[in-house]
Amino acid sequence: MQASRLPAYVDILVIPLLNLLTALFVAGIIIAIIGENPFTALSIMLKGAFIYKGGLGYTLFYTTNFIFTGLAVAVAFHAMLFNIGGEGQAAMGGLGIGLVALGLGGILPVPIVILLAIIGSAIFGAIWGVIPGYLQAKRGSHIVITTIMFNFIASSIMIWLLAGLLMAPNQMSPETVSFADGVMLFKIHQILNSMGFSVARSPLNLSFVLALLCCFAVWVLIWRTRFGYRIRATGFSTKASAYGGYRPEWIIILVMAISGGLAGMMAVNEILGVQHRVILNFTSGYGFTGIAVALMGRNHPVGIIFASLLFGALYQGGAELDFEFQTITRDMVIMIQGLIILFSGALAYMFNPFLERIFLANKGQKEPENG
Amino acid sequence: MADFWFQFLLALDSSIRVATPLILGAMAGIFSERSGIIDISLEGKMLMAAFVAAAVAYGTGSPWLGAIAAIIVSIIASLIHGFACIIHRGNQVISGLAINILASGLTVIIGIALFRQGGQTPTLPKSARFNSIELPFAQYFADNIPILGVVYKELISGHNILVWLALASVGITYYILFKTTFGLRLRAVGEKPEALDSAGISVSKMRFQAIIIAGILCGLAGVYLSTATGAGFVKEMTAGKGYIALAAMIFGKWRPVPALFACLMFGFLEAVAARVQGAEFPIIGEISSDLLLALPYVLTVVLLAGFIGGVSPPRAIGQPYIKER
Repeated sequence: MQASRLPAYVDILVIPLLNLLTALFVAGIIIAIIGENPFTALSIMLKGAFIYKGGLGYTLFYTTNFIFTGLAVAVAFHAMLFNIGGEGQAAMGGLGIGLVALGLGGILPVPIVILLAIIGSAIFGAIWGVIPGYLQAKRGSHIVITTIMFNFIASSIMIWLLAGLLMAPNQMSPETVSFADGVMLFKIHQILNSMGFSVARSPLNLSFVLALLCCFAVWVLIWRTRFGYRIRATGFSTKASAYGGYRPEWIIILVMAISGGLAGMMAVNEILGVQHRVILNFTSGYGFTGIAVALMGRNHPVGIIFASLLFGALYQGGAELDFEFQTITRDMVIMIQGLIILFSGALAYMFNPFLERIFLANKGQKEPENG
Repeated sequence: MADFWFQFLLALDSSIRVATPLILGAMAGIFSERSGIIDISLEGKMLMAAFVAAAVAYGTGSPWLGAIAAIIVSIIASLIHGFACIIHRGNQVISGLAINILASGLTVIIGIALFRQGGQTPTLPKSARFNSIELPFAQYFADNIPILGVVYKELISGHNILVWLALASVGITYYILFKTTFGLRLRAVGEKPEALDSAGISVSKMRFQAIIIAGILCGLAGVYLSTATGAGFVKEMTAGKGYIALAAMIFGKWRPVPALFACLMFGFLEAVAARVQGAEFPIIGEISSDLLLALPYVLTVVLLAGFIGGVSPPRAIGQPYIKER
């Protein structure tokens, strides 16, 4: 990453928007090439995401997933660690919820089981993040490769358990039995309807509130605590931070624990919020989307909320495309996601020379007037 | 006992089949990473190539035209990677990931637009595929020469041309990397690019050449999947093979011959996993094939952590080169 000489608002607003527009422009060209109208597709997506009945609820439901996985990637990014293991960490988080809910459900009171299940998801996710963190810090293995491998290992473990030890008896699909009655999070539409508002059904549940609380917690952690300062110092320069008396190894390990824990909590939304049992592949790529979210959101919780909303809308709107078009499916959203990662991640600074010419040229003319 | 040996021979034979795309992918990874460019986009390039190979082979009826088109598309994906990482000095991991995700989406979208079969290509007729080549006298030797004849028939004969190409690619990679000036420069650019730069050789050009070669090899791996072992493209048909190839490359410590053995070992694990499903063994009991399939990943993690010998990747890997002025 290179330092930018551009004014802050250009860096925070103009560049991400420009990158997003470029990605959408390329996606539009591809839609046109396969013979559909990109503007019709866009309007159907927007209607599906925000206007149709229940659309907004679904959008916010997906948003919740992306906030968790986006925060996970962002926290690690602050220490210059690239955690691509969100997928595996979230899967393990689901396992944590399942073990708590199936083991203690019916024994302990429901609210305590729910609380322990949420903690379980964070702990299992954290364990799946902390091992690659430890291996990076103490044994020098590259975190990118280790987290990729851990995604596959997690997937194998889940298949092994869900098609074996934990598989519900008398049925064919690899999933556990349903959790005990009441071991689930309230749906937002239930709460609002009971308060007298009329809201359409959607899977949106209290995890959304949990996700927003996590955003606040991450903001406090990174920008308002001494530990957060150390994280950023380690990210800036491992050597400098070691010189400053910190132990970068421990910071790497702890950051990966937090990152993994956040990714693991994505399972709260899917498993405790909707499925009420552990199923295979419930992570469906949301861990990878977290990378796009963190890149777009510039690793800041506020940015991540907006970027998650964008991806939530893309996912929900993308589902609508399935109904409306014969040739466009949800895979379009995956492609758009790839383009966004390309333009706002790998090619993030493509427009910098161009923008520097525009903004710095203006500044150059103004300076004599001020001085 | 004889039956056991025959089963073992068949397992070895299918190891080679499973290992073929891994070998091509691992050699691609070696070229790219030895030049200093991290390449986690092996998976995406293979997937794109597999789709294009099947689509073009179906359209034209010629597997060769399919292969050429697939290689071109895979090279284009490499060039996008190069555009982002070499020209714009973008993050190589992010760029690779973008290509992988893009490939997952694009192959299905274009597949549906062209064939309307949910992202698959129609099944290819035999004439549009690379078929297995029976070596001369296979049946005669099997009948008349004990042991070796059977080995010849089952293990050596009956592979398609891409299997042979994959095996040849190991020798070619070794030769290019360690016996030519180009190879010396390629290795230097991944270790100490400034040295090459001061010798008046363009770092960017070297790296572009390396990733183009990687593109060709990934293209062949994709061609193998959809038009040699498979009879058409299926959504997500690479199923992590690009990542296993990456693991094999690391396992082979960025060297062609050890990487070949890593690929064969990973291929053997998969072949065995397919055979032990549900079987009971003395003492150890039932082996889970799901866990067996995770072994390549576990072994790679253990190796990377330095528990079985040290691993040192090319020194300048992942760092964009900034020319001094």
